[in-house]
Amino acid sequence: MTKLIGQRAIASLLSLLALLVLVFFLSRLTGDPTSLFLPIDASQEMRDQFRALHGLDDPLLVQFGRYVWDLIHFDLGDSIRKARPAIDVVLEAYAWTLPLALVTMSLVVAAAIVIGSLAAFHVGGFFDRFASVVSLIGASAPDFWIAIVAIVIFSINLGWLPTSGVGTPWHWILPVAVLFIRPFGLIVQVVRGSMLAALSSLYVKTARAKGVKEGKIIFIHALRNAMLPVITVIGDQAAAMLNGAVVVETIFGFPGIGKLMIDSILQRDFNVVLAAIMVTAIAIFLMNLLIDIAYSLLDPRIRH
Amino acid sequence: MANIQASAPMTEAPGRERLLALPRMLWRDKFAFASAVVLLVVLLCAIFGPALLGDVASSQNLRGRNSPPFDLARGWLYVLGGDSLGRPMLARVIVAARNTMMVAAGAVASALLVGTALGLIAGYRGKNTSQVIMRLGDVIMSFPSLLIAVVVLYILGSSVANMILVLAITRVPIYMRTTRAEVMEIRERMFVQAAIAMGASPGRVILRHILPVVAPTLITIATLDFAFVMLAESALSFLGIGIQPPEITWGLMVSQGRPYLTSAWWLAFWPGLAIILTTLSLNLLSNWMRIAFDPAQRWRLEARSSGNG
Amino acid sequence: MADYLLSVRNLSVRFHTARGAVDAVRSVSWHVDRGETLAILGESGSGKSVSASAIMNLLDIPPAEIVSGEILFGGQDLLKLSREERRRINGKRIAMIFQDPLGHLNPVYPVGWQIAEIMTAHGSKPEDARRRCLELLTRVGIPDVDNALRKYPHQFSGGQRQRLMIAMALALKPDLLIADEPTTALDVTIQAEVLSLLRELQAETGMGLVLITHDLGVVADIADRVVVMNHGEIVEEGSPRDIYHNPKHAYTKKLIAAAPGKGEIPAGEPEADVLLDVRSLSKGYGDFTALKEASFTLRRGQTIAIVGESGSGKSTLARSILRLEPADSGEARWKGRDLLKMPPRELLAARRQMHMIFQDPTQSLNPRMSVYQIISEGWDIHGLMPDRAARRDRVTELLVQVGLSPEHALRYPHQFSGGQRQRIAIARALALEPELIICDEAVSALDVSIQAQVITLLGRLREELGISFLFIAHDLGVVRDFADTVIVMKAGEIVEQGPTLQIFDEPRHPYTQRLLAAALDPDPDVQEGRRQAAATPS
Repeated sequence: MTKLIGQRAIASLLSLLALLVLVFFLSRLTGDPTSLFLPIDASQEMRDQFRALHGLDDPLLVQFGRYVWDLIHFDLGDSIRKARPAIDVVLEAYAWTLPLALVTMSLVVAAAIVIGSLAAFHVGGFFDRFASVVSLIGASAPDFWIAIVAIVIFSINLGWLPTSGVGTPWHWILPVAVLFIRPFGLIVQVVRGSMLAALSSLYVKTARAKGVKEGKIIFIHALRNAMLPVITVIGDQAAAMLNGAVVVETIFGFPGIGKLMIDSILQRDFNVVLAAIMVTAIAIFLMNLLIDIAYSLLDPRIRH
Repeated sequence: MANIQASAPMTEAPGRERLLALPRMLWRDKFAFASAVVLLVVLLCAIFGPALLGDVASSQNLRGRNSPPFDLARGWLYVLGGDSLGRPMLARVIVAARNTMMVAAGAVASALLVGTALGLIAGYRGKNTSQVIMRLGDVIMSFPSLLIAVVVLYILGSSVANMILVLAITRVPIYMRTTRAEVMEIRERMFVQAAIAMGASPGRVILRHILPVVAPTLITIATLDFAFVMLAESALSFLGIGIQPPEITWGLMVSQGRPYLTSAWWLAFWPGLAIILTTLSLNLLSNWMRIAFDPAQRWRLEARSSGNG
Repeated sequence: MADYLLSVRNLSVRFHTARGAVDAVRSVSWHVDRGETLAILGESGSGKSVSASAIMNLLDIPPAEIVSGEILFGGQDLLKLSREERRRINGKRIAMIFQDPLGHLNPVYPVGWQIAEIMTAHGSKPEDARRRCLELLTRVGIPDVDNALRKYPHQFSGGQRQRLMIAMALALKPDLLIADEPTTALDVTIQAEVLSLLRELQAETGMGLVLITHDLGVVADIADRVVVMNHGEIVEEGSPRDIYHNPKHAYTKKLIAAAPGKGEIPAGEPEADVLLDVRSLSKGYGDFTALKEASFTLRRGQTIAIVGESGSGKSTLARSILRLEPADSGEARWKGRDLLKMPPRELLAARRQMHMIFQDPTQSLNPRMSVYQIISEGWDIHGLMPDRAARRDRVTELLVQVGLSPEHALRYPHQFSGGQRQRIAIARALALEPELIICDEAVSALDVSIQAQVITLLGRLREELGISFLFIAHDLGVVRDFADTVIVMKAGEIVEQGPTLQIFDEPRHPYTQRLLAAALDPDPDVQEGRRQAAATPS
């Protein structure tokens, strides 16, 4: 187990480094942010001054060396746009994305397990059909389209919910609802499939032959086995959400990590982009760790 | 089991018969058949649309600005209404099919080709080659794909070719992993061992025994993936980092219609509907393929009409 | 009538499949008494397990449908009871064990918990259940009982798992135990142990035992009465002796005639030239030694059987010779040239001369190739028979030779039964006119009657074409009928080899003796003699 975690950590670190190098150089190739931050009629002198201030006048390799040196000292540089430490800007955005992801994923997991299981018990019944329709929508409908249609209906026509922002709990309903659809559709199918497999398994037959009560058969014998493949998918979906829901955050004006990342790239605020990548990578690594632990708790065959 | 087998009709299905069996099975599943028809229409739009309607779709008509749909006074091209510059929506939706389809088809085809090749190598070769290829896949998978897309498109500029490149890169690992996993499993199957014992070369084993077994799975995934890539392209274009005007795709059209949501809903609605219809069809067709290509499940589709089921 | 412990009367069960309704059992009646062992004997598809599933309420309804009949137990018709009432009977008064104990134990819970569950489900206190668990595991012979309770199913061997299942089933001292193929997946020596455990436990508790099996040997060993089933119907019923010595129904006659191990033992021709000479072949997987210094010589026209239990290395030996797996050391000389060091071109030529037939014909034929393509693939590989007309004729000839008909060439493997598929595999092997055929458990997945047909076919081909065989098997009966030389393997080593007659009549190595003693004879008289011989220490 520890060996596995170690291997994971090394693999994550390596891919993080690769990503950092790639993004560092690629993003600098897009040009420097000077022209975006200074007025068009700014003098050459002002431009040079701006470049010197942010260290943009040095050769790329020197910039990179300096970045790595600072990184070793836990300094991720400042955001040009906000004139504050990049890490603060990123963590602030994360403080929005994390609860959004947490709330959405909790709802998704709870709903998917309940409805997926019900669908498996009554194949072809109401819940089965509901699950397959939602899955189909989740896989087919573009989230940006659902989002704007939802705004038109619920915010503009009916006036029930705010269009964007984060002020009140009401602001959370639409983003969560739109984010919910795709992972729910995916996970509910996996739950249904693995629950069906578990219910027709031989050990369930044994439990019936033992005279175990039906409720115990479903929730103790079948569910724990059925959760094994589900956990992996939950992990993948949660990881995707930690990357930030760019489209949804943009449309609903939700100040999360996805929106921050896009804005920072478009405005060439490189330090923020790099800091965001690092924080995301760490978050995803921790999440995978959690998934691995959950997996080994559920399945003794992994432990031995 | 023996008597179940015996009572099953012994269908002779050699050569041409077998080729005809698939369309016949498609006809029996109405949803899948309708999906195939929708996709065919989209394909025809993508191929012939720009040549037939390209000029109409880009000619501005200030009197037709935001003209409402279902009004035939301006001619049938305005049946879906006009956009903010008075261009007919129907023509624009048809013309936009080309870029949308080209990006998705290009990305899926290249990802499928590269991913399958790498997966075959990783699955059939020794441990080291396999490790290198798989780690590469892990690295790509661990990148936030939208982020890669944004960065690359920002640097290279957003053209159709670059969109294909970016989306293909992010999808390669899917095919690679599936192929490798399947190859590793099929390689151990007895019929492959039998072929090797008979002296079959690796090329023959891969082409004659492994690929035909993997292919249906891959085609099914590719169909599903086509929908996914279309959605990704739409999202990128919607965010303004994908295809740039005056080129159009459905995603871009939704984005362009967004400011007019309250006054002229049809600007964003029709292209969105086009996306949904296409992706829905792809998903339904992929579900059908999963059953149709599986010899163990195919009878479900065959039995439905033969009346003895 | 009412005195029987359990009686099944006129039971008919139908399965509704997409291809139409299938009558799994038709008007089946049988009964079992306290202290009695009833065997239900049948081949696959005979419906022998269906009535047991109906007794335990394990049929999935639908697709299954109980068309008619009753199951009387303790004066009640089980089929008329409510779900809850039947649940209370399951495990407590009627218990069941199954063929595949690994699949039938829940992989994610400790075995102690699973055994205790049968007791707590019927109202025992957890402490009592735990105490009884310890008692049970000791009784069925599981070592290190205290730790064993905390272990998971995958940490036990196949035989131990079946003992755990038995312990679980007997926890509440049921009146009736149903055992569905309880020893089929086990090695012969383990099978003998499990059967004698069942016999002892039955004597202790006086329970009734219903044993579902396909194996005449198991019937001969343990049954008091036997019911023979074929195509969903009971064709014959009686004591094992009566059935064996005076079978009345044509099917029973066929089944008994097909039982292997009663023919004349073939004699070899040791004077022919050496075809294959294996010297000190070794192979390991990490720390595990799969094959240790194996040596033997195969002469032209000879049939060597390699017997051993699972993990004995017999398949590894065959796969190493064919270079499907690289051996670690040693050599395998084919007509004087070492196969293991052959350059590719020469190996290709050698592979034309030897062919392998695998255990499971369902898996050894590519499902996406027609029979014609399967049989002619060897010619493609070796660039033979370029003329299409000649190919067609030859495929037809081969199909007829293995007992299939020419029009089968255009069909696909899934359209055939298991026995037919193995015939296709044999036709494929013959297409290249090999000098040696290696059969890796080639008949063990087949029903007894089919098995006999395939063995007869192989024997005929041996005579007509002078092919040599390397015949890997775990079933001593089949080996005795078919091979002229026997090699016995255990834990990767050859422990004994010699002419079949000598191995069977005067086995020298203790392991060979044990193996032969554990093998079950289909003749109840012979089997009883063996059992008594085994019981009295020599």
